[in-house]
Amino acid sequence: MAVRVRVPTPLRRFTAGVDEVPADGGSIKAVIEDLERRHPGMRERLLDEKGDIRRFVNIYLNGDDIRFLDAINSKVKDGDDISIVPAIAGGR
Amino acid sequence: MSYITNLKCRECGQEYPISPLHVCETCFGPLEVTYDYARIRAAISRSIIEKRPHNLWRYRELLPVDFNENEVVGPNSGFTPLLHCKRLGAELGLKHLYIKDDTVNHPTLSYKDRVVSVSITKAREFGFTTVSCASTGNLATAVAAHAARAGLQCYIFMPEGVEAGKVVGSTIYGAKVITIRGNYDDVNRLCSEIADKYGWAFVNINLRPFYTEGAKTFGFEVAEQLGWRLPDHIVVPTAGGTILPKIAKAFKELKEVGLIKSGEFKIHSAQAAGSAPVIHALHKHTDLITPVKPDTIAKSIAIGNPADGFYVLKAVRDSGGWGDVATDPEIIDAIKLLARTEGIFAEPAGGTTLAVALKLVKQGRIKPDETVVVAITGNGYKTLEAVASAIEQPSIIDARLKDFDALFDRLTNGKRTADSAA
Repeated sequence: MAVRVRVPTPLRRFTAGVDEVPADGGSIKAVIEDLERRHPGMRERLLDEKGDIRRFVNIYLNGDDIRFLDAINSKVKDGDDISIVPAIAGGR
Repeated sequence: MSYITNLKCRECGQEYPISPLHVCETCFGPLEVTYDYARIRAAISRSIIEKRPHNLWRYRELLPVDFNENEVVGPNSGFTPLLHCKRLGAELGLKHLYIKDDTVNHPTLSYKDRVVSVSITKAREFGFTTVSCASTGNLATAVAAHAARAGLQCYIFMPEGVEAGKVVGSTIYGAKVITIRGNYDDVNRLCSEIADKYGWAFVNINLRPFYTEGAKTFGFEVAEQLGWRLPDHIVVPTAGGTILPKIAKAFKELKEVGLIKSGEFKIHSAQAAGSAPVIHALHKHTDLITPVKPDTIAKSIAIGNPADGFYVLKAVRDSGGWGDVATDPEIIDAIKLLARTEGIFAEPAGGTTLAVALKLVKQGRIKPDETVVVAITGNGYKTLEAVASAIEQPSIIDARLKDFDALFDRLTNGKRTADSAA
């Protein structure tokens, strides 16, 4: 499944400064593996040693926080929009 | 002159120079400002602080800016009243109940004036000309007002459904308000992306490490106003998770720099039942916070995915504190109780905090003789819609004395008579 992934500033050193990159995969997990193949070093920033998504990483699939879907196993289809955003929110 | 050394990741300890950076490049953890406490200890004392004007800049050595009294943004923010509440205390069975009253903070009547004055002062120091934020209300009005006085451009991003008073309360200052179709967390996500791309100072995003430091002033003031001592308990509302950990940090810093010698405190978290991801985790004795979709009248604290929730849990547990939730009806009852006993009109966040304080007393976690501070963080005049339907409507009569006599009789059930003959 061909998708586009929006990459936050701290990860752009792995993508030569590009803020949106293509990737392939049928699930978020597969997409992360594909990102690692194309941009070595990404996976370690996103996943901890146990293979879980790091506490301060938010991943949105078509605007939905994947924690409300199937987390790392959320299914991905062609044309989906994935956004990686550091978990900083606050102020009201 | 500032006493800050660098930015440090709260998760992995990686250090960075002082800059508008909020996220660790290694682990995405949040960055925090670090201070040279030894130099601060040598530079301040109670008497030095006591001689300064009544605003939050009296604690300038513990704030992350290069203080210059001609350049500071928000010169009258902070140092709000700490009120000893005898009538409310009697209702709760507490002899030493205090309200820290940020409903009258200058200039926009909420605790946000603290974090905004500090972060916009820092933004100007960094050379930013545009400030911005993602906000449902109190933060927006504060950013818009302070930006106006500082002569900075301002963009505010809001989710749909914000109370009218709060929307007008931003546009009136000349800020450009952009409404986003979605909830607060959607707005925050978009703003992270805009901050990256446009190079603006988002006070609660790329300026966040400096922004959050402003919240400490709430704690410094409580301690100073109690006579340089710590309360036994302080009950604080939790939204994104900024204020509670920073009040705990403030109390610890006062000891670190020698302004207070000793004293322990318990800090408790209050959330609305319809948006309580932190309290759920607290009650389940876990570190893992599961996001929720907020649904409560307490819109100003309706954050389903609190960035600093983890640090709230840590601060609460480290102090031996607890936390609970308040339902919407409990929130309204608490707003009315506070208004009727002490003449303070709080917005729903304040009602939430008082309602939870009531529960903690009933649970026996707060004892009758202990000193308790309840944090009231925003003014009820900004959220009239929340209580309008729960208040009794005025009586209407013609302009005739006998009609008033009849009404008064009904209102008092005939038990009282007029004090003097006509």
